[in-house]
Amino acid sequence: MNRVVQAFLYAAFAAFVGYLSVAPAYQYADPEIAVIKLSLSHAAERVEACVKLTPQQINERAMKGEPINECERERLPLAVELDVDGATVLSLAAVPSGLWKDGPASVYERLAIDAGVHTITARLRDSARETGWDYAYSEEVSLAPGRYFTITFRAENGGFEFR
Amino acid sequence: MELIKRALAHAFARFEAVFEYAFGQRNTPFAWLGALGWYFYWIVAATGVYLYIFFDTGITDAYASVEYMTHDQWYAAGIMRSLHRYASDALVVVVVLHIFREFAFDRLRGRRFFAWLTGLPLLAFIYLCGISGYWLVWDQLAQYIAVATTEWLDTLPLFGEPIANNFLNSTTLGGRFFTLMVFIHIFGPLFMLLLMWVHIQRHSQAKVNPPRPLAIGTLAVLVILSLVFPAVSQGPADLDVVPAELGFDWFYLAGYPLLDLVPGGQLWLYLFAAFLVLAVLPWIPPAERVPAAAVNLENCNGCTRCFDDCPFGAINMVPRSDGRAYESEPVVNVNQCTSCGICVGSCPTSTPFRRSGPLQPGIELPDRSIADLRDELVAGTGETRVIVFACDTGDTDELEQDGVKVIRLPCVGMLPPSFVDFALARHHAEGVMIAGCAEGDCQHRLGNDWTIERMARRRDPYLRQRVDERRLCLSWLPRDSTRRRQRALAEFRVTLSEIDDE
Repeated sequence: MNRVVQAFLYAAFAAFVGYLSVAPAYQYADPEIAVIKLSLSHAAERVEACVKLTPQQINERAMKGEPINECERERLPLAVELDVDGATVLSLAAVPSGLWKDGPASVYERLAIDAGVHTITARLRDSARETGWDYAYSEEVSLAPGRYFTITFRAENGGFEFR
Repeated sequence: MELIKRALAHAFARFEAVFEYAFGQRNTPFAWLGALGWYFYWIVAATGVYLYIFFDTGITDAYASVEYMTHDQWYAAGIMRSLHRYASDALVVVVVLHIFREFAFDRLRGRRFFAWLTGLPLLAFIYLCGISGYWLVWDQLAQYIAVATTEWLDTLPLFGEPIANNFLNSTTLGGRFFTLMVFIHIFGPLFMLLLMWVHIQRHSQAKVNPPRPLAIGTLAVLVILSLVFPAVSQGPADLDVVPAELGFDWFYLAGYPLLDLVPGGQLWLYLFAAFLVLAVLPWIPPAERVPAAAVNLENCNGCTRCFDDCPFGAINMVPRSDGRAYESEPVVNVNQCTSCGICVGSCPTSTPFRRSGPLQPGIELPDRSIADLRDELVAGTGETRVIVFACDTGDTDELEQDGVKVIRLPCVGMLPPSFVDFALARHHAEGVMIAGCAEGDCQHRLGNDWTIERMARRRDPYLRQRVDERRLCLSWLPRDSTRRRQRALAEFRVTLSEIDDE
């Protein structure tokens, strides 16, 4: 047993643990860059529209305790696009959740972008239409360096919300 | 696989030699990695309980409460916080070394798979507890961890709405997920303790406490580190600000930067594959199936010594089944027996002096019988001056030389002390050397401990008083110690010559 070597090994262990517990630092993001976060969760229209029942049919079903609507469960994918200064930086089709694809589709994306003034346009299609968009919003925004800019969507509030 | 193990074992042997020099063989940290893991766990648990007294579990006040502990109460809670962190980091260090070392020394295959497999979920729990702990500070690092973790979890098809939405910006911040983390950080360690208990279930007299000098030294060094370099937070979390540069705890967070390089789903796949590879390692390649120890009831009086000495709890004592006047009999659990033979060494009927009938002790290894061992000892000993009983795992090939007969055993713990007496009393050798693993680091856990005690006449079966201790050499050395072993043998032969000259 050698106490001096022992002390050295203890010190080396402490230095190893102490150093790696905070260093080397990890550069997660460039502090000069802004980050856009796009997050939304929205249920698109159904692939097939619900069958419209007559009031008499609804009554009969209600009496029997049967469902009073007749719908296929599957929903359409959600088409989402994001443009920055006219250039499309994101374009995707989000698949509805659930085993039967009958739930809302979700999008969560992070995009790094140079800080400064930009025109940001967000578009969303939740119907079977082949051209055009059901929701679109555009705004000129000033993105501060090292800060998040969030884009969310609430159909009940009229669509996209920029913050 | 064998080559990898050999290379790793060689590397460990080289590295550990320095520690053995500094700490002595009995206290070298590498022989106590599992026990040190337990020790660090208890330090983390005890400091955690203290910190919880002052910790505010609400997401809005958590940071302030940690700051209070760190700065206003630096002399108590501050030190506790640092100890909590550094002991957690040290836990990762010893656990990782423990895994590599058990692999390198092939202590995972065959019937020893259980501890290996039950150790894997433990590894996952260590990380779960550690990462959730960093989350609770709710500083910039916690913010990064919260966002990165939830984004990674969202790549699994489990959640309807992205759970990362909880941390989208300062207006969406809710305490729901934070409360879940508090819950995980408290109950995770409790469940971990249960797993640790399961982990050692197939080890009798499991080493869960490091030797006192090592425990004191380690705690002292962690306290000094906490005083000199206290753990601090990294500025309050602000979900509107992108964390740029982060002081990273690489022991727990080393995998996170990969999320910037590899898609999250792919990373889950790699992680799953890595765990799968670790899980099947005990069967790559499958261990040779050595028959388990077998009980010969006609020669067994149910003395329980084999039960007491089995390092893997593979022997149970049950009520006597053969109608003889003894209370109990041993039953070997073949799924737990590693065929180390330590039970044979503990059996008082394993004596080579027996003349009546065939030499068949109360318990023995079908592939390495005591009768064969006696025959090997007796055969052609005319020129033999020293008989070396050596572990199969030791580096004993180099001991073969004129006048030296090497008899290999699965573990030297298999050697009944009566064999030493027999070899000397019947003049089969002038000296007996027992060459085994390093003290406290027996390949079969307790073989050398029991042998030391048996030969020192402190543990039954005792070495007979008439044996001249100068003619018995106990050599406990780590792997890759061929030269030291040869030197020990040479010195022993000199001692024998001096005795003869007297």
